[in-house]
Amino acid sequence: MLKIKNLHASVEGEEILKGINLEINPGEVHAIMGPNGSGKSTLASVIAGNEDFEVTEGDILFEKANISELSPDERAHKGIFLSFQYPVEIPGVSVTNFIKTSINQVRKSRGQKDMPANEMLKKIREKSALLEMDRKFLSRSLNEGFSGGEKKRNEIFQMAMLEPKLAILDETDSGLDIDALRIVSDGVNRLKTKDNATLVITHYQRLLDYVVPDVVHVLMDGKIVKTGGKELAKELEERGYDWLKEERAEMSS
Amino acid sequence: MELKDKLMSSYLAFEEHVDLDNDIHEVRNKAIKFFENTGFPTKKMEAWKYTSLNSILKEDYSIFPKKEDAIDYKDVKKYFIHDIDTYTIVFVDGIFSSHLSSTTHDKIDACLMSSALDKEKYKPIINKYFNKIVPEESMTSLNTAFASEGAYIRIPKNVAAEKPIQVLNFFTSNEAALMVQPRNLIIAEDGAQVQIIERHQSLTEHPVLTNSVTEIYVGKNADVDYYKIQNDKITSSLIDNTFIKQERDSNCSLHTFSLGGKITRNNLKFYQHGENCNSTLKGVTILEGKQHVDHNTLVHHTQPNCESHQDYKGIFSEKSVGVFNGNVLVDKVAQKTNAFQSNNNILIDDTASCNSKPQLEIFADDVKCSHGCTIGQLDDEALYYLRTRGIPEKEARALMMFAFANNVLSSVKIPEIKKRITKQIALKLGVELGFNL
Repeated sequence: MLKIKNLHASVEGEEILKGINLEINPGEVHAIMGPNGSGKSTLASVIAGNEDFEVTEGDILFEKANISELSPDERAHKGIFLSFQYPVEIPGVSVTNFIKTSINQVRKSRGQKDMPANEMLKKIREKSALLEMDRKFLSRSLNEGFSGGEKKRNEIFQMAMLEPKLAILDETDSGLDIDALRIVSDGVNRLKTKDNATLVITHYQRLLDYVVPDVVHVLMDGKIVKTGGKELAKELEERGYDWLKEERAEMSS
Repeated sequence: MELKDKLMSSYLAFEEHVDLDNDIHEVRNKAIKFFENTGFPTKKMEAWKYTSLNSILKEDYSIFPKKEDAIDYKDVKKYFIHDIDTYTIVFVDGIFSSHLSSTTHDKIDACLMSSALDKEKYKPIINKYFNKIVPEESMTSLNTAFASEGAYIRIPKNVAAEKPIQVLNFFTSNEAALMVQPRNLIIAEDGAQVQIIERHQSLTEHPVLTNSVTEIYVGKNADVDYYKIQNDKITSSLIDNTFIKQERDSNCSLHTFSLGGKITRNNLKFYQHGENCNSTLKGVTILEGKQHVDHNTLVHHTQPNCESHQDYKGIFSEKSVGVFNGNVLVDKVAQKTNAFQSNNNILIDDTASCNSKPQLEIFADDVKCSHGCTIGQLDDEALYYLRTRGIPEKEARALMMFAFANNVLSSVKIPEIKKRITKQIALKLGVELGFNL
């Protein structure tokens, strides 16, 4: 589904990603772990099409098509979804109106008509229940004054509504208490099918107890330095990242 | 002939048709003398620094329209708030149109300034209220000199007007340029409540200049909720002078929606005359082309424990110009004043411009006054967020501008107006969005 080949990306002239290779197939859950500043969030942004980052080398293929030149909205139309680490507050746009606009724009890009109002309403009810969201919450301005947990639930609610092929969860667990973490990860798990894929980006192993990855990658200094199964996450939790740094240093010497 | 000269000689002609023994005549005479001495405002005056009237003063305006041009309700229905029951006071080229209006004297007066000025029974009221809070300025004096027609609305003590009152001014003159000077007087006595919607709408391509003066008196514990809809043609200009005097425990809220017109100048002044007054001034301005809107506001806090809330939002594209000059004056005795002022602007194109000038003069020492003015572009991060949800850039921009302006609408109390303005804003921003309007 997603194939990244030798991806280099920089921001304001500084190279952050230094040759990433990654392949994700339908039905898989991948996790990218790594210390702060290793380039995890940059990778998420570059896949989503953030124009602040410049891709200097390499390709991003999504369902065999090169998407490197596509805008963020075109990528969303193809089925890529990014759950933000810090969702942006937009006063004056309600959650409901926002998600309606979003869904109908995606449908429009696929040559479909607007979703009928009753169908939309039913879907909103169903998906907000999945995330245990209050009805009142839906008429509030998007993310404005939301708690950390509410923002993240709202992200997964949008994901549930849009049903993407590839969902990238950028530090979705950060700042969540145990209840919110359970609700969010339950939501993610219930949205999993054999046809979609999930890329979980996290600093901690905690979320991976709930959303169990098939493959774990370790990102350090802009490169994937180790790939393994779900047990790698546990090992990182126990031993930290320093042993990998040492291992790399030994390898390079 | 220069417009000023034409107005001066027109005044002499005007005098032939009015009752010279009426007390008002003295007021008119004094006003025309003031105008004669000062002339039209120029950019040299501080209050007019960013707005030049030169381009609209060169027209050869007709000062006295001949007669009412018949217009059919169906042709102007869209300018009425027609989905709810209202009283309507309609003027065509400055002359009252009885067939388009539905006035009343039942419990409240929603009728004509001309009768209030001429009829004996209104004399005590006119003597008490007419031209009592209008500052002596060039444009206001000019209006006072020619004051003869407009809306006269009086809500007696403890009466709540059963339905909103619409005051509509249409312009049809198809021969020449037209200048009109409506004069409105609105009195909400103690404990009265009223909602008023005012609109100026040209139906012609000929230049129209409106110089209107509205006095609003808000009695003790009374509530006035006022909406100005300014969405006129690019050939029409409006100089709106509105003055509000509030007694203790009263509320007055005034929303101005400036979405069209050539030059629009709003002189809006609130005078608080009792404790515990609440004044709300809100505005949404969305302009393009060469449109120009200038908001000049004043809230004068003269008594303790009062509040004022000012929130003006502007979106300017192409070569449009926005001006905000907001004054808040807090007298020494006006302790515990809570005054809030905010003016936020978005410039869409490099060619658009905006001048924002907040002025706070505070002589009391125990007050809460805040103000903030911003001129900027749309937030890139928010745009990116919307785009990752499949909303294309153009729609994302529109949605954000809509949200920016829409915030002001939360205080609109008439749902039909909110719906209408929301729709206008969406339309103006050029995008149909998939959400409830």
